[in-house]
Amino acid sequence: MASDGKEPVLVLRGLRAGIGDVEILKGVDLTVHLGEVHAIMGPNGSGKSTLVNVLAGKPDYEVLGGEAIYRGRDLLAMTPDERAREGVFLAFQYPVELPGVRLREFLRAALDAVREHRGLEKLSVRDFNRLVQEKLRQMGMDAEFLKRNVNEGFSGGEKKRHEIMQLLLLDPTLALLDETDSGLDIDALKVVAQGINQFRGPEKAIVLVTHYQRILNYVQPDFVHVLIDGRIVASGGRELAQELEAKGYEWLRQAAEAGRRE
Amino acid sequence: MPPARKVISRETGIEEKEYKWGFVIPVPADVAPKGLSEDIIRLISRKKEEPEWMLEWRLRAYRYWRSLDYVEPKWAKIYHPPIDFQDIVYYAAPLSRDGDRPKTLDDIDPELKRAFDKLGIPLEEQKRLAGVAVDAVLDSVSVATTFQKKLEELGIIFCPISEAIQKHPELVRKYLGSVVPYTDNFYAALNSAVFSDGTFVYVPPGVRCPMDLMTYFRINEAEAGQFERTLIIADRGSYVSYLEGCTAPIRKKHQLHAAVVELIALEDAEIKYSTLQNWYPGDKEGHGGVYNFVTKRGICLGRNSKISWTQVETGSAITWKYPSVILRGDNSVGEFYSVALVNNYQQADTGTKMIHIGKNTRSTIVAKGISAGHGQNTYRGLVKIMPTADGARNFTRCDSLLIGSRCAAHTVPYLEVRNPTARIEHEATTSKISDEQLFYLMSRGISEEEAQYMIVHGFCRGVFQELPFEFAMEVSQLLRVSLEGTVG
Repeated sequence: MASDGKEPVLVLRGLRAGIGDVEILKGVDLTVHLGEVHAIMGPNGSGKSTLVNVLAGKPDYEVLGGEAIYRGRDLLAMTPDERAREGVFLAFQYPVELPGVRLREFLRAALDAVREHRGLEKLSVRDFNRLVQEKLRQMGMDAEFLKRNVNEGFSGGEKKRHEIMQLLLLDPTLALLDETDSGLDIDALKVVAQGINQFRGPEKAIVLVTHYQRILNYVQPDFVHVLIDGRIVASGGRELAQELEAKGYEWLRQAAEAGRRE
Repeated sequence: MPPARKVISRETGIEEKEYKWGFVIPVPADVAPKGLSEDIIRLISRKKEEPEWMLEWRLRAYRYWRSLDYVEPKWAKIYHPPIDFQDIVYYAAPLSRDGDRPKTLDDIDPELKRAFDKLGIPLEEQKRLAGVAVDAVLDSVSVATTFQKKLEELGIIFCPISEAIQKHPELVRKYLGSVVPYTDNFYAALNSAVFSDGTFVYVPPGVRCPMDLMTYFRINEAEAGQFERTLIIADRGSYVSYLEGCTAPIRKKHQLHAAVVELIALEDAEIKYSTLQNWYPGDKEGHGGVYNFVTKRGICLGRNSKISWTQVETGSAITWKYPSVILRGDNSVGEFYSVALVNNYQQADTGTKMIHIGKNTRSTIVAKGISAGHGQNTYRGLVKIMPTADGARNFTRCDSLLIGSRCAAHTVPYLEVRNPTARIEHEATTSKISDEQLFYLMSRGISEEEAQYMIVHGFCRGVFQELPFEFAMEVSQLLRVSLEGTVG
């Protein structure tokens, strides 16, 4: 992987994790530098979502071995909220509804928390409103959303746009995108991809989990990795995604199994 | 959140971190001997310079109470050791510097003023937030009532009930005990015999009270019970919003609080009654704390009248309380919005009764129960539709939220429908704070405590939005404090 001698933002070495007795990630190695977009592809049940959820600190998962170093620090030792304040952001595949919690209050609490951690002052109500409305507009969301309860009654597309809207608002360093493209029609996909591209930059890194190559036409990855049965079995550039689109995952699975038998 | 500070209670040595209202106000007091007898009742009545009819009423209540032979009501889901009713002080009054009862705001002990300042209830009128008049009750007496002049100009009476007994006997005699007779229940009988102060409100016909009226109750003396009596009358076409707040110092022993509140709404009148109950809840092991055994009831006497109860109950070791509405007038409306939170070893058995008598009467019940620690939380509610109540409607929503695995929530709805035209809806849910919700908030940088607070606050939103602005901020802070120590 090209590094230009830069410090990596995320390094995974032999990361193993699972739920209960079931091991899902069986030793993942990955290095991500600032400025890079990594696409993680793979068939259903290969551990893609598990990978990003473990990195965000979802308590359902147990880390069984290996390590995850984020900007030189042990990511796995941090609580989920610490990770977020340190600049790790997970865009959820299925964002949960929060009854009675107004979107405005939620965004305010989140922004206050990350800004405080970065040593920034609290925004005035006016500046907050301006900022939030700008981000909503960018994601094609009405300001009326601020009065609604978080994710409650949102359509599938609205939930995904809301996730990317938060990404733009909170401005983290490392974005973990969990199947942000799934369930979107082509217009919504374009809006979401635009948001991701807007976030993208030399001081940012993205790990994008997807089942389909489609979103990669809009968000062009620097690297593509194929995760099968809890391991990265192939890595390459954009062309790998196109090859997968044409040939499916089966040939890689067989190659991986053959490789393990040797 | 205010910065953490360490304050140790003088009496108990308990750190006040969990309950910042737990200080004792150092004022000299006039305290009656312990125990209850006809002599004590005569003493209270004499101290209050009451007319003969009042004393007679008290004595009748006392004799009725004695006839119950110390047998308290047992049907609620609460547990406590037997209360020794002869081990309680039934009258305690702060003295002004010259040893007499304070007569004006200027006569009040500066120590007392400072204490109420600390509680967030400044007694100087110029310091008050605009739009709220306050009656401050310490132990057995009202120590200050603000904005009385301004209200008088509109014909509104807002004064200690002891004053009303002397100055407005015709109103007090007509309505006292008319909604909650002294035979209603054990604690109502006790209160009727020994009540020493409380608030009286009368709003004349057609007057919309321009400010919220508030009573702030404070138990201070170590062995005093508090037995306040509140009577609110809204005459034809009038409106009043009344707020009530309560705190007590940290005490090792349990303290008894047995209040009676009666509301009367005449034709086209509306009463909105909001309570923020934050009596000392006891410590983490369940020692001390206030026994809050309260009878609150309103009657919609006239057509198109409305009574609305909103309560946030976070304090007390035990809460036993069912603010109710008798819907007598046709088209009258009763509402009950409640949040009851129990933590540690607190117990709450609370709910409402909606008694539909008039035609086309409507009632709404929204009850939110939150249980944490070893807390026991019961919702108990009665909806009764009498044969005369053609077209009556009720909507009940009852939600329970559990935090942790050692607490419990119970829901006991009673429905008595004697008119076939009635329409009744009942919705109930029980849930736990989900890990998914906590993780979602935390993954945005929000701490676990704050995330839990946000979820609980969201759960209570339907009730909180009924609270007047004055209480909304205080409630948020109270909720945070009450939830402390429930994470992890």
